[in-house]
Amino acid sequence: MDLTVNRVKHSVTADPEKPLLWVLREDLHLLGAKFGCGAGLCGACTVLLDGQPVRSCLTPVGAVGEAAVTTIEDVASQPAGQYVLDAWADLDVPQCGYCQAGQIVSATWLLGQMPDPQDEDIDAAMSGNICRCSTYLRIRKAIKAAAKAQGKGEAA
Amino acid sequence: MNAPFEISRRSFLSASLLAGAVLSFQARLALAGDGATGGEDETVLNAFVRINPDNSVIIGAKNPEIGQGVKTMLPMLIAEELDVDWDQVHIEQTLADDKLYGRQSAGGSRSTPVNWLPMRQTGAAARQMLVTAAAAQWGVAPASVTTAKGMVHHEPSGRSATYASLAEAASAIEPPALDTVPLKPDDSFRIIGTSRRGVDTPAILQGKPLFGIDTELPGMVYAAIEACPVFLGTIGSFDDAAVKAIKGVIAVVPINSGILPKGKFDTLAIVADSWWTAQQARSQLKVEWDLGDLKQFSTEAYAAQADAALEGAPQGDILKKGDVEAGLAGAVKTVSARYDYPFLAHCTLEPQNCTGLFEDGALTLWAPSQSPGSGRRQVSDILDLPQDAITIHMTRIGGGFGRRLMADYMVQVAQIARAVPGKPVKMIYARADDVRHDYYRPAGWHALTAGLDKDGRLVALRDHFVSFGADGQPIRAAEMEETEFPAQLLPDVHFGVSYLATNLPTGWLRAPTSNAMAFVFQSFLDELAEAAGVDLPTFVLGLLGEDRLLPAVGRAPQFNTGRARAVIEEVCKFAGWDGKRPTGASGKGRGFGFYFSHAGYFAEVLDVAVSEAGDIVVEKVHVVGDIGSHVINPINAESQVQGSVLDGLAQSMIGQKIDQSEGAIVQENFDSFPLLRIETAPREVVVKFVTSPYPPTGLGEPALPPVIPALTNAIYAATGKRVRSLPISLDNAVA
Ligand code: FES
Ligand code: FES
Repeated sequence: MDLTVNRVKHSVTADPEKPLLWVLREDLHLLGAKFGCGAGLCGACTVLLDGQPVRSCLTPVGAVGEAAVTTIEDVASQPAGQYVLDAWADLDVPQCGYCQAGQIVSATWLLGQMPDPQDEDIDAAMSGNICRCSTYLRIRKAIKAAAKAQGKGEAA
Repeated sequence: MNAPFEISRRSFLSASLLAGAVLSFQARLALAGDGATGGEDETVLNAFVRINPDNSVIIGAKNPEIGQGVKTMLPMLIAEELDVDWDQVHIEQTLADDKLYGRQSAGGSRSTPVNWLPMRQTGAAARQMLVTAAAAQWGVAPASVTTAKGMVHHEPSGRSATYASLAEAASAIEPPALDTVPLKPDDSFRIIGTSRRGVDTPAILQGKPLFGIDTELPGMVYAAIEACPVFLGTIGSFDDAAVKAIKGVIAVVPINSGILPKGKFDTLAIVADSWWTAQQARSQLKVEWDLGDLKQFSTEAYAAQADAALEGAPQGDILKKGDVEAGLAGAVKTVSARYDYPFLAHCTLEPQNCTGLFEDGALTLWAPSQSPGSGRRQVSDILDLPQDAITIHMTRIGGGFGRRLMADYMVQVAQIARAVPGKPVKMIYARADDVRHDYYRPAGWHALTAGLDKDGRLVALRDHFVSFGADGQPIRAAEMEETEFPAQLLPDVHFGVSYLATNLPTGWLRAPTSNAMAFVFQSFLDELAEAAGVDLPTFVLGLLGEDRLLPAVGRAPQFNTGRARAVIEEVCKFAGWDGKRPTGASGKGRGFGFYFSHAGYFAEVLDVAVSEAGDIVVEKVHVVGDIGSHVINPINAESQVQGSVLDGLAQSMIGQKIDQSEGAIVQENFDSFPLLRIETAPREVVVKFVTSPYPPTGLGEPALPPVIPALTNAIYAATGKRVRSLPISLDNAVA
């Protein structure tokens, strides 16, 4: 089957039931999306499907169809992506770093939806992304910093 | 302070013998950042320092990186004394090789105190070799030569040279003994004490494959495991015909999970061309487990046994000092309470995994291990393979928290790899395997009684501690020290202990033992402070008395009452603690907690709001810590403290517990064993350090323990309910 990932078309031979996460990791060697729970509970595997965040551990690859898949490796291609990455780097958000691909993908989606999220909005949007190292205070800060930079960038 | 380990001159030399050769550490896995490390022309100055022709420097990071920031911090120490700019530095993870690098482990917040001097000396020794080389070339006295930013200068003659131009000559010089090299005075530090972002942060943000689970090798296959659900059970019989018929399945291999004696098997590994295939195939496996009488072990049985034990006399003594019965009899007031806490799992977000390749009688592992050296020993034992036939690459690690001090995943993949020689195999636990096959923080129960004199002073303390053990000895992480605060400050103390049997393997969970003891003793001390009519900081300061050193006993280190007093006084100032006991149950409250662990002194004040429905919201936490003379990397230090504080909240207020039924673990994933989510994180955790003239110590753990009693004490202030059981449930809290 054909799969468009990070703006590149791939031809993949896989059981359509195989979760997108494992196709990304094993077949396409894109190792940025992570396996955390396999049950939609942690968000480590979050990727965008046509700009919408999904848990790739629960998404059968056969259900992806024409939708464009965006992973952490190409999140900078999203309108808010670079702002998020810059804020994450500046505040040195990661500890172990394992959850951060999912966090960044979710945050990028949030800033696409909501240019100026407040703490409550951030908590609601990011609730599905667990950080076992609890970098949550810096995640909140980074999202606000990215929103600010995005606001300025668009005004300019 | 324990003496820091010595990087022996010999091992230092053995690396420097390679000097001038093109050879490097071979550890080319997981290059940091942009991967812009040197090429073929680098010069090796010692086991940790190589210099590139462009005057950039490669510094080896020797300890496992689990998110504690050690891959950045240890090289900072080397770079400081080498006298290079941080921008010139590329960091590379070394191989696991304790002959070359000394102790390589991430546990006990030990990396800082153990390496503070040796890493600086290593950098200083390399600098001295460069200085000596320059002085010889220029025919000047070494003492007249200075360094800065990777350059050597001779001011009188105006001569300068880059480290790169001197590297080859320097590498031919006999390395100085580490303890003879002069170190910089503190006031000329340019890297130590300045914030440096994580060296892997750029690669993490790009989604680069850094972690153990990201290891990829040509021809790699995958393994999922089906382990006996009941610990210490074994494989009775199994039928793998249906599994082997599945397309993509390569082998089914019986192995020893690592908790059984050699020669016994309790796990079946399914090897396939995809992990998903292997994982799916598990449902087709037919196994009869041999469980003997192991089904007797359960949470309910433990609770009943603990109750019975607490009714009777302790089996043994941890501390008997003075005459506690007389002390209690003479007290004006006595207070008694029982506390308990459950088993806990670690749940690192990266599930346990390991990759191995067995070829020509040698094994190579790519291991997300906090303790690769002990993994090597265990693997050597189970495979009957000499230790030097095992090569271990250290990957970045998606969370440790003590789970990866254990080596079960290394032992397992080693056996699987040997069964499919020549094929690299990556074994990954599904989340349920990870939750149900952990080394758990042991549960514990305490029956406490204390006596106060007429002035409200604590004079006698008795505890009967019940946890798990065998033959009168605690099992791993079920210990209680005889120095448990405030035992050393009291005349009459009795700590008795009784041990229950369990089949669960136990292990160290971030701030082991302290994470439980701080809750019990600091919460109980708040009860005593109340009985004495004062607030807890005042009560604890009164116990501490004059500034002095209390002696080290057994494994417990010296305790400096002055350092304790300083952090307590500072946090009260920082938080604006008003010194009053709360009045009434307003739904809002403040709590205090102090604890000394892992060589760090921490005092914390926590603000909580409890709704009528019983929802607990932690609003703000003030933290003051003393970890010695320097906070090496402030940006990371703040993050470690915030993470520890939130981890303490996770351990106590979101329902974390591990239950056992018919011998097996009940919980399986993050729905039944919740992890902290962003909405539960307080709005603010503010952190302040007070410095003291002692060598710096670690930060991975000591900020965690005090937050739990700060929370329970705050809940009491807010609601009038005493939380004496974890996880916190206001339904069973005592009004
Ligand atoms: S791995 Fe997909 S949500 Fe956890
Ligand atoms: S940084 Fe470790 S899980 Fe988030």
